[in-house]
Amino acid sequence: MTRSTGSTTLNARITTTLPGAEVLLRALVEQGVDVIFGYPGGAVLPIYDALFKQDHIRHVLVRHEQAAVHAAEAYARSTGKVGVVLVTSGPGATNAVTGLLDAMMDSIPLVCLSGQVPTPLIGNDAFQEADTTGITRPVTKYNYLVRKPEDLAPAVHEAFAIARSGRPGPVLIDLPKNITVGDAPYVDAKAVTPRTTRMTTQPDRAAIARAVAAMKAGKRVLFYTGGGIINSGPQASETLRKLVALTGFPVTSTLMGLGAFPGTDRRFLGMLGMHGTYEANLATHACDVLVALGSRFDDRVTGRLDAFSPNSFKIHVDIDPSQINKIVHVNEGLVGDVGQIMALMIEEWEKQPAYAHKAELEAWWAQIEGWRALDCLRFGQDQAPDAVIKPQQAIQRIYELARQTGRDTYVSTEVGQHQMWAAQFFRFDAPNRWLTSGGLGTMGYGLPAAVGAQIAHPDALVMDVAGEASTLMNIQELGTIAQYRLPVKIFIINNHYMGMVRQWQELLHGSRYSESYSDALPDFVKLAESFHATGLRVTRLDQLDATIAQALAHDGPVLVDICVAEGENCFPMIPSGAAHNQMILGPEQEASSATISKEGQMLV
Amino acid sequence: MQVEVSGSAVISLLVDNESGALARIVELFSGRGYNIQSLTVAPVDEHGQTSRVNIVTTGTQSSIWQVKTQLERLVPVSRVVNLTAEGPYVAREMALVKVVSSGEPRTEALRIAQAFRARAVDTTASSFVFELTGSTDKLDSFIELMRPLGLVEVSRTGVASICRGPQTIQNF
Ligand SMILES: Cc1ncc(C[n+]2csc(CCOP(=O)(O)OP(=O)(O)O)c2C)c(N)n1
Ligand SMILES: [Mg+2]
Repeated sequence: MTRSTGSTTLNARITTTLPGAEVLLRALVEQGVDVIFGYPGGAVLPIYDALFKQDHIRHVLVRHEQAAVHAAEAYARSTGKVGVVLVTSGPGATNAVTGLLDAMMDSIPLVCLSGQVPTPLIGNDAFQEADTTGITRPVTKYNYLVRKPEDLAPAVHEAFAIARSGRPGPVLIDLPKNITVGDAPYVDAKAVTPRTTRMTTQPDRAAIARAVAAMKAGKRVLFYTGGGIINSGPQASETLRKLVALTGFPVTSTLMGLGAFPGTDRRFLGMLGMHGTYEANLATHACDVLVALGSRFDDRVTGRLDAFSPNSFKIHVDIDPSQINKIVHVNEGLVGDVGQIMALMIEEWEKQPAYAHKAELEAWWAQIEGWRALDCLRFGQDQAPDAVIKPQQAIQRIYELARQTGRDTYVSTEVGQHQMWAAQFFRFDAPNRWLTSGGLGTMGYGLPAAVGAQIAHPDALVMDVAGEASTLMNIQELGTIAQYRLPVKIFIINNHYMGMVRQWQELLHGSRYSESYSDALPDFVKLAESFHATGLRVTRLDQLDATIAQALAHDGPVLVDICVAEGENCFPMIPSGAAHNQMILGPEQEASSATISKEGQMLV
Repeated sequence: MQVEVSGSAVISLLVDNESGALARIVELFSGRGYNIQSLTVAPVDEHGQTSRVNIVTTGTQSSIWQVKTQLERLVPVSRVVNLTAEGPYVAREMALVKVVSSGEPRTEALRIAQAFRARAVDTTASSFVFELTGSTDKLDSFIELMRPLGLVEVSRTGVASICRGPQTIQNF
């Protein structure tokens, strides 16, 4: 790794001077921005005025700044571009904080522009002043307070480079009002050398060769893929497919990595971790070589650390050197872009002597098929016409009926049981289609995320698989959906509980359902109608398919209130503090889990 | 599981001299639960654009390695070197030590100060301020010796460090 010193360098002469707000928009256009998600206020009025006078950038007016960030996240995740957010000072900026941390945890490239009081007033507790750079420092990859007009354009250009480079993430630019009102010089992107260029990492060929040699020596190899592959771009997903085809090894994925490898392929074992499949978790436990590709050994994945994949040689590919050996000690750490490193692995695989453990690989697959035969996601749906719908049934049918439409489909979720069921039942064939809050687990993510995805892909089918409790956290976005006539399909899996909380209370706290009942819910059908959308409700099994189909066929926004069984739990489940081979597979085993230790209770 | 031993390490950084850079570094330590024993910072280049930060921290080898890679991720940080791991280095700090006493303890304080090559930079009929430069250990023992002799106040700079020999922080 080599680095040079010095701050952002200006390479060229300044050519034009414009009002700061116009400099800002011009820099955004040069960075390829076509949409901004935002909400106005006093400190950003000059920027809104400049937006009014141009037609390169479209502004999408959300109903809450947190939603602006989630919408921009989904826009970024589903397009591969940098998402852009614009908020006012003070409460506008503080409302954005949750979204920024969400983007930080899930490595989503964003640039958030916030208004600020004029520089002479900073520090005076002026109206709507907040120490925005101070508040957002730990939730952004980097942030700026632009104090001088000449710093404006370079900051914008560098911010995009930082958001995109390495492990992507959110960058905030705080813009005092005197900077956006006053004149500022414009400089081109190519005149700025961002400090990201200080870090140049060349893949270590020798380490790749050693890693591939270990894979060739392995008899039970497993790929464990993560969101890094999605971030690397669609090319990386292609390369993963080639690598798997070449080696014949099984693949499991984290929540964030779903779609990088086709979910319908036999070699895909499903998601691993806390709510992962039986076959994925037992394979992780039993493998002798574990190849982590753009994944970070998150605690939802590893379970009890000292029992995580105990006998495997571990290879870890990550673009961020600080991830390697952070949680799990690995035998071979490869720093670099995961797509590029997988391509080099393929080269190396072809160069090295042929794989000599074909018979053992077959035995490995036979073992995996044995696990798979258990059909760990099965659920007993009563088939009577008026039977209560199980949440799993609802989610499976949403998936299957959406698939039958043949349309390009984007799926967002809220947070809870429905999110985990969606991760289990939806089988994605392509990357960038799955939009969920992984690292932070932010309730209220799904509805604004659907807004962002539909804005980015106006002709695609965009669905939000939601819980009744989470949806209420950003329900105001129905207004945004109405204003822009976004034909989003919202499926509320309404179990009248914060289901995931109820499940943990059942398991760990003697079924004392403290404050987890969703009381006094609104009439979601009327709620949808009051926001100019179509509202549907289904309560019995025999109407489920028809209702979902009706929603999918409608060309406007639809909210479907699917009233489901209240007591279902999400399985398989590795209770906190347990190992992968201590999975609870269903309600029958739940009783024995009453023995979850005090240490387990302390974990989240 | 193997238990790793904790030790202390001196980490030196080159940092863009911009507002917030130091806050970023300090918050990284507090946010991730790493510990800072001492910290020094001052601009070191001719234009005042680059500052050098020296941090003494304690932790296991792997946690110190984590600190280093986390610091490297910070945008304004251009260079991070764990001097303790990279070979011989010099680490020195300065202390100002105030002693208020008279009679026997006062003469004894002056005698010890001479033995340590501490300078009396302020003297009154009842007090001394000694200036002492050296390793952290040397400063510690001087302060311990002054304690019974009327020590009332201590001010220390924290460690400044640099590697020995012709090498610089730039070419590790
Ligand atoms: C903002 C926020 N607050 C609290 C939580 C903790 N939490 C996780 S899941 C959950 C319940 C979600 O309920 P619902 O949306 O109805 O989904 P379900 O689990 O019932 O499918 C809660 C409260 C969270 N993840 N995010
Ligand atoms: Mg619920």
